[in-house]
Amino acid sequence: MIEPTIYELSQSGRKGVTFAKSDVPHYDLPTELQRDSLHLPQLSELDVTRHFTHLSQLNYSIDGGYYPLGSCTMKYNPKINEEMARLPGLANAHPLQPLVTVQGELYLMYQLQEWLQELSGFHSVTIQPSAGAQGELVGAMIIKKYHQVNNSPLRTKILIPDSAHGTNPATSSMSGFKVVALPSDERGNVDLEALKAECDETLAGLMLTNPNTLGLFDENVLEVIRLVHEAGGLVYGDGANLNALLGIVRPGDLGFDIIHFNLHKTFSTPHGGGGPGSGPVGVSEALAEYLPSPIVTILEEGDDETPPFFGFYTPKLSIGRMKAFYGQFGVHIRAFTYIAMLGASGLRDVAEKAVLNANYLMAKVKEDYPLPYDRTCMHEFVVEGTWKDLPDIHALDVAKRLMDYGFHPPTNYFPLIVHEALMIEPTETESMQTLDAFAAAMKAIAKEAREDPELLHTAPHNTPIRRCDEVKAARDLVLCCWMPK
Amino acid sequence: MFTPHTPQEIEEMLKVIGAETIEELFDKVPENFRYPELNIPEGLSEMEIASELKEIASANATTDEFVSFLGAGAYNHYIPAAVDMILRRGEFYTAYTPYQPEVSQGTLQAIFEFQSLMTELTGMDVSNASHYDGATATAEAANLAYHFFRGKRKKILVSRSVNPQYRETLRTYMSGLENVQVIGDEPAAGTSSDLNKMLALIDKDTALVIVQYPDFFGRIIDYTKLVEAAHSQGALVAFVFNPTALGLLKPPGDFDVDIAVGEGQPLGIPLSYGGPYLGIFTVKDKYVRKLAGRLVGETVDEAGERAFVLTLTAREQHIRREKSTSNICTNQGLMVLAATVYLSLLGKAGFKQVADLCYQKAHYAAEQISKIDGYELAFPDTPFFHEFVLTTPKPVSMINDHLQEHWILGGYDLSQDYPDMKNKMLIAVTEKISKDDIDDLVAVLQEADHD
Repeated sequence: MIEPTIYELSQSGRKGVTFAKSDVPHYDLPTELQRDSLHLPQLSELDVTRHFTHLSQLNYSIDGGYYPLGSCTMKYNPKINEEMARLPGLANAHPLQPLVTVQGELYLMYQLQEWLQELSGFHSVTIQPSAGAQGELVGAMIIKKYHQVNNSPLRTKILIPDSAHGTNPATSSMSGFKVVALPSDERGNVDLEALKAECDETLAGLMLTNPNTLGLFDENVLEVIRLVHEAGGLVYGDGANLNALLGIVRPGDLGFDIIHFNLHKTFSTPHGGGGPGSGPVGVSEALAEYLPSPIVTILEEGDDETPPFFGFYTPKLSIGRMKAFYGQFGVHIRAFTYIAMLGASGLRDVAEKAVLNANYLMAKVKEDYPLPYDRTCMHEFVVEGTWKDLPDIHALDVAKRLMDYGFHPPTNYFPLIVHEALMIEPTETESMQTLDAFAAAMKAIAKEAREDPELLHTAPHNTPIRRCDEVKAARDLVLCCWMPK
Repeated sequence: MFTPHTPQEIEEMLKVIGAETIEELFDKVPENFRYPELNIPEGLSEMEIASELKEIASANATTDEFVSFLGAGAYNHYIPAAVDMILRRGEFYTAYTPYQPEVSQGTLQAIFEFQSLMTELTGMDVSNASHYDGATATAEAANLAYHFFRGKRKKILVSRSVNPQYRETLRTYMSGLENVQVIGDEPAAGTSSDLNKMLALIDKDTALVIVQYPDFFGRIIDYTKLVEAAHSQGALVAFVFNPTALGLLKPPGDFDVDIAVGEGQPLGIPLSYGGPYLGIFTVKDKYVRKLAGRLVGETVDEAGERAFVLTLTAREQHIRREKSTSNICTNQGLMVLAATVYLSLLGKAGFKQVADLCYQKAHYAAEQISKIDGYELAFPDTPFFHEFVLTTPKPVSMINDHLQEHWILGGYDLSQDYPDMKNKMLIAVTEKISKDDIDDLVAVLQEADHD
């Protein structure tokens, strides 16, 4: 099962690709500037192709199976997205080309901005941020700058519910804020009394994930937003769970001031084994001038005969630039394709089916697993992967055993507020039959937990490798191959 | 379109849930905001969207139609066919972050191999699993240095010949931290290769000195003295490098730098109008626990077989939350894979050949263009890799307009970022440019001169 590394496969003198000889006269590079050696692998094209094909076969993927990772929204990635992203007229444009030669790229980016504004109910959107976490950073920096501009330098506190995503506190501290965690109440909503106690003159804002990481829509969301606004703070919405709300409700309409989108979650652009993501940010009118620069805009309006002329714009109070150039354009093409194919009613269908699937699966799984918050859920839900009478069984055991049944495990040990959490998100693209098969596997594992717990403790058994020694990895750090010199 | 539910199944599922309708499941959403009218057109079929996007693409003219001499942070290199074929494998691009190592060895091993290739290329000890791009990697280098000194050193020195967009990104990232000053790149610092002005700014309050190698103007500068001066004051040094150049040039590790970051786009990643790209981030061993982002480490499984896992995750936001110094959560997984496949295919000989071709052709172009009346090299005495600055007889925009009529994308107009660099054009030449392309450019420039 084990695949050698590219360095181990290397054979001195082998080549995978050649280039034409130089067609210009020779120029010497001064020897003192030259490197002594460069140990790169030496392989044929077939060696390389087989190596990476073998590696791919060691991966679990959506194309290969069901991937119910909570809060990661592992929906199907339509194949047409990939074709479109590779159109030479889109993929081969240099980011510094004259504007007149890239009007197609700019139109696509502009239209995507417009659609995201419409879907979220916000005044302005930037598509520059590279990932959801970078979108969060944009949001936090906007909150910071907004208070600076409006003469409230003492507003240094950000409130973050304990049901928030893990990046929220990290983002806030990167932006120089003091982070205060807010508890959840017994129904999984933000605890209103705790919130009121924090609503003082030091409050800069609240970062709210809604629906939250318990999969619950906050029943008091309007009240939460009102309290923060009354205290002079801004409300940031973590858009990681937007899949549940498409066409159902717009965060801007609810009173959120800022939100980020995760194009790689909600809009079907592939996760790529960890990236690229893309994290556009939407803001209310009062915050539009704070967005990072540059932003795609219409420089000259068009008419019946001529199309509008697109270009870039730097907002007056901009927090600055978040990356080189304009954003993850290749990801924008995929999201654009997806939105254009679904249209308004298709987008609403996404949320409806995602929520239908989650509630259906929750109803089936809760027969066998403790459900800490027994309410209608949104696009995901959290159960406990342990039982009071079986203290020896942990969420991790259930997760690992699921692999033997051919499923990718749910997110485990998150959110932190649920004991031995298993966070399950079916997404809308899965069929009832797949959900039934998954529920049946969960049921079988619950039975095994009682009858043959060892089977869970030693799982997985049918995967390319067995459980890994993570302590050894951290203790005896080996972060690159041995290199044959 | 991508939801599989039949009407019968929906009914059956609602029965299991105990609801009458799907709408009922949204009863916690404030009623007066539910189901807004969306001004988004009805959906298109696959055939329709394909034809619409082809039309949008046809409104562009790209580096396929133009001969391009644009660089300035994004480079038009040849990408072997096998790279994209491997990227298109659904097992790679539809996988998630490898949280479950038993079913993610493909992604994990590819990242491990990427880390290995990057440490070899840079001569550094450790590479992480990548950042968003070169600009954010540069900003995170400053973040690392700031936290390494626990916020006690407040100065980040950055050379004016570091990519202007990287410097802007750096400033945005630093704006959240307490009293950090980003200095050293004021217009008065000039653009010459004289490093004395930077040397004079290094003191005990300096956390990090950032320089680019080759610099934004393409120049290969010997930073040995600068590194020594920074280290003698206890400051760290970061190089922003171009990976292709490292096929020929002394690697950053040979200069004893602490951090080497770069833009990995030249390694098999399409121009794609500026993204997604690949931020390379490498450090010396002693900073490994300060490094942001993902790391893959080697270990063994229960059967004693070699295995790969995400490691040192306690540095990340999963556990320490507000104590983590960076919020970076994803890495550029698919771009990492592209770079790994690219370098594996080109290998030792091919990668060196690409770097050499870039060097040779750029030098031929520089020599030929500087023979034209009114054109000269702005830094004639400084060695360069595959990019160089030309002084032009007219504003660069005028020259570029003329070149465009001949299907040539001229160089980058430096006056956009450097007001003191009027009539200065940054030209990039890669292995994709032929001698004929260069001769054509020279001919059109000559003709433009006689207009």
